[in-house]
Amino acid sequence: MPDYEPVLLANLCKPDIETLKGYEAQGGYRTLRRVLKEHSPAEVAAMVRASGLRGRGGAGFLTGLKWSFLPADHPGPRYLCVNADESEPGTFSNRVLMEGDPHQVIEGTILSCYATGASTAYIYLRFEYPLSFRRLQAAIDECYAAGLLGRNILGSDFSLDMYVHRGAAAYVCGEETGLIESLEGKRAWPRIKPPFPAVEGLFRKPTVVNNVETLACVTHILDRGVDWFRSIGVPPNPHDPRDPGSLGPKLYCLSGHVNRPGCYEGPLGLPCREVIERFGGGVWKNRKAKAAVPGGLSTGLLAAEELDTPLDFDGPVRAGCLGLGTAGVIVFDETYSMIDFLHNSCRFFAHESCGQCTPCREGTHWALSMIQRIKAGRGRLKDLDLLLEIADSIGIIPGTTICGLADGAAWPIKTAIRKFRQEFEDFIRRTNPQGYAATGPVPALAENPA
Amino acid sequence: MPTAWIDGRELELGDNERLNGIEAARRLGIEIPHYCWHPGLSVVGSCRMCLVEVGMRDPKTGQISMLPRLVPACNTPVRDGVVLVTDSEKVQRARAMVEEDLLLRHPIDCPICDKAGECRLQDYHFAYGQDQRRADIRPFTSRRRDVGPEITLFVDRCILCSRCVRFCREISGTSELLVVHRGAHEEIDVLPQFPLNNKLSGNVVDLCPVGALCDKDFLYRQRVWYLKSHAGVCTGCSVGCSTWIDENQDRVWRVRPRENPLVNRWWICNDGRYDYPHVHHNQRFHGPRQRKGDRWTDRDWTGLIPELDERLRRAGRLGVVLSPFLTVEEAYLLATYARRVDPEAAIVLGHVPVVGEDERFPGGFTIAAEKCPNRRGVEAIVWRFMGRAAAWEAFLDELPSLGIRGLWVSGGYKRPWVDRATADRLAGQELLVVQDLFASPLADRADYVLPAAAFAERDGSYVNRDDHLQSVRWAVRPPRGVRPEGSVFWELLGRPGLYQARQVLSELAAEIGYFHVAGGTIPDVGVNLKVNLLASV
Repeated sequence: MPDYEPVLLANLCKPDIETLKGYEAQGGYRTLRRVLKEHSPAEVAAMVRASGLRGRGGAGFLTGLKWSFLPADHPGPRYLCVNADESEPGTFSNRVLMEGDPHQVIEGTILSCYATGASTAYIYLRFEYPLSFRRLQAAIDECYAAGLLGRNILGSDFSLDMYVHRGAAAYVCGEETGLIESLEGKRAWPRIKPPFPAVEGLFRKPTVVNNVETLACVTHILDRGVDWFRSIGVPPNPHDPRDPGSLGPKLYCLSGHVNRPGCYEGPLGLPCREVIERFGGGVWKNRKAKAAVPGGLSTGLLAAEELDTPLDFDGPVRAGCLGLGTAGVIVFDETYSMIDFLHNSCRFFAHESCGQCTPCREGTHWALSMIQRIKAGRGRLKDLDLLLEIADSIGIIPGTTICGLADGAAWPIKTAIRKFRQEFEDFIRRTNPQGYAATGPVPALAENPA
Repeated sequence: MPTAWIDGRELELGDNERLNGIEAARRLGIEIPHYCWHPGLSVVGSCRMCLVEVGMRDPKTGQISMLPRLVPACNTPVRDGVVLVTDSEKVQRARAMVEEDLLLRHPIDCPICDKAGECRLQDYHFAYGQDQRRADIRPFTSRRRDVGPEITLFVDRCILCSRCVRFCREISGTSELLVVHRGAHEEIDVLPQFPLNNKLSGNVVDLCPVGALCDKDFLYRQRVWYLKSHAGVCTGCSVGCSTWIDENQDRVWRVRPRENPLVNRWWICNDGRYDYPHVHHNQRFHGPRQRKGDRWTDRDWTGLIPELDERLRRAGRLGVVLSPFLTVEEAYLLATYARRVDPEAAIVLGHVPVVGEDERFPGGFTIAAEKCPNRRGVEAIVWRFMGRAAAWEAFLDELPSLGIRGLWVSGGYKRPWVDRATADRLAGQELLVVQDLFASPLADRADYVLPAAAFAERDGSYVNRDDHLQSVRWAVRPPRGVRPEGSVFWELLGRPGLYQARQVLSELAAEIGYFHVAGGTIPDVGVNLKVNLLASV
């Protein structure tokens, strides 16, 4: 990794980079001008597909494959939604891109719209990013004035409109169909699939939803070539034809108990420990790491002995986590209580559950009330098994919910209790010496926990 | 032929059939429990009660590959080669979990809940739930919230299936109900100043799988297990919606829609739903009466019919007004009787009440402006006897020139229908017999007033405005002293035994081409007479 040259964050803090002039001074929109002249949309899509780019929003789905699901014979219009509803706890890379280099995001979006044939792009931005909103909107206005957006972009026959839409801030709006519903002005209840958005998405038209960072990568793939992109990260396993590998640069968000939290760029597949040590300068106060979240809260926990897990799309799965997620690493030092972690996590997901599917609406709430009771010193050993049973039964992996929010709620419970069971049991025995072994029903602590 | 496998049993599918898992399983008599899915509403797949295991069967090798995850049957199209497993241990565990989840914060106030006895949460809990409560969440109390003039909401009983919300968006198009808050705090609510107030609002009560949405008209009045349901037809307008008439000991307590894909699908309007109180109105005629001069005497049915028969024969030229509230059988019997007494008797269609214009709703439901159930059927009978359509207004104009001496006016109108001036034009015959539900200026001028039966008390068939014929049987017995028209006409004709509507309909079908199709078995959803109409052209 010593010779890694940042590309996504390369322009950060350059003079006037948030303006068109500043961005063009760094070579911005060079790729767009060239591609519009030299390549057909199909060629662009083929290059992205060949690059093996996987979505940076969490699920890691192949971007080129997602684009290929758009029906070829649909009369249109097609839409592209930029998922900038970055709500995963511990994740802030999109914010850095949108605030620090908005034109990079816009260029990638224009190129992706060109490749997919989308006539309108909507940037769905979470409400908590006012600076991103101002900078993106100013950048879009500049682009319209310079002929980079609007009708017949740069004299070609490609036209595109781009809008920034500010969501009212809900975690579930980051789910692609929840985002679409919200964009349509409805309650952000994710839709049941099929039909998938590529077939019937925004306003019931074919729609692509991509993450900000994914789209930023598209520019660089087209600028530097597929081979450059494939030379970064973890190549596919030659023995597994279905493994697309984890290729390209990635923004790692580092937070929690480290000396230098922040957003850093590196190739995909860095070991978690290296991210903490190299980028973050190690755990703070000369303590040791007790655990770390590998990719945003919903992916679960890595225990201290698992910190060498490489942060590629498969590494955290092998360590029992949900996946790479957003590569938002949260570090916990040795003094931190896992009961507090789980309480925080359950509170977040119970609060953010959209309430559509029964198992998620009730399960997250039930888990929260249980962990609250444990924390208040009235826990029972039996509760841990019940928590695990709830966690194992909710989510799209067992098939009991429409979207992945419940999986995100389940994994912190599963990994915290399975990897730190002794700590939970000790806590329950210590705080509830009379009743820890009880099995009968216990009156609730609060009727209606917030 | 496309074939699917459900629980190891084969199901042959039609070539263009688009069934989901729930519908397909129902064909084989397998019930997949579900809350949020309803055939008339969009699919959201959110209650997760209908989870099943799904696989595909390879047509060449016969190998079945199952999906690892559970899938909601409501959103699973059953096509050729689809394999569903609806009773595996995995499915049963998922159902038990959903039941447990739904009961976490449910108040379980079944003893005071209107829905108890026909509640899906109860039924499914007994069938699929767990026998022990493991949760430590104290259930809420039953908060009650007024959402509209007809409907009340018990907030904590709600399981958030969102059927009512979708109904208001997709069928009534009024969008009053919505979900507020998020997650476990979600509730159904209305916006201030926009109550649930539309003409289809009563349907949300039938749609509600639990006791959350309750009908104020029915609230706390009967336990549902005391009720008996009888198939009926709504007589409120010329659409003729299929209904269930729920009665207990000859008292109607509520009217619900009966599924009929050919007429009303799953819905009825509030006009029809809340129309039943007139059946038990204390102002109804409760026995025959006779007027001599200005004095009215209550009569007994004993000997009354021979007396009427004799007086009608004596009167001379007869006129008979067939009300569009009569069933076709009754109209036919009365017309037949009139022609037997006087072969040139005038037979006309009675007053057809029309109020405003047809009301159409975005979901396809229509409330007709014509507020009577059987104009088409009675018209066809008038046509048969008169060779022309003799309508009410024309008849009133012609009346002085017809030389009619004896007039029989059948009624059955639920609302005032005849004014003093019209009544004066009709009065002054040698003999005027009026058969109606309520007092009217015309009844005041009659020589004999016979009580009419209400809709829930009649046997017979109605033909709606689309020539769709439905036959129903009585749901409640009429009050003492009231005889349904059919039995009166039956006796006037001197037929032996009890009034047999079915027998009369067979005669009709044989005699009048329009009713030909009605000669066969009539299914619950009725038959369309238009098929025959086209053939006879």
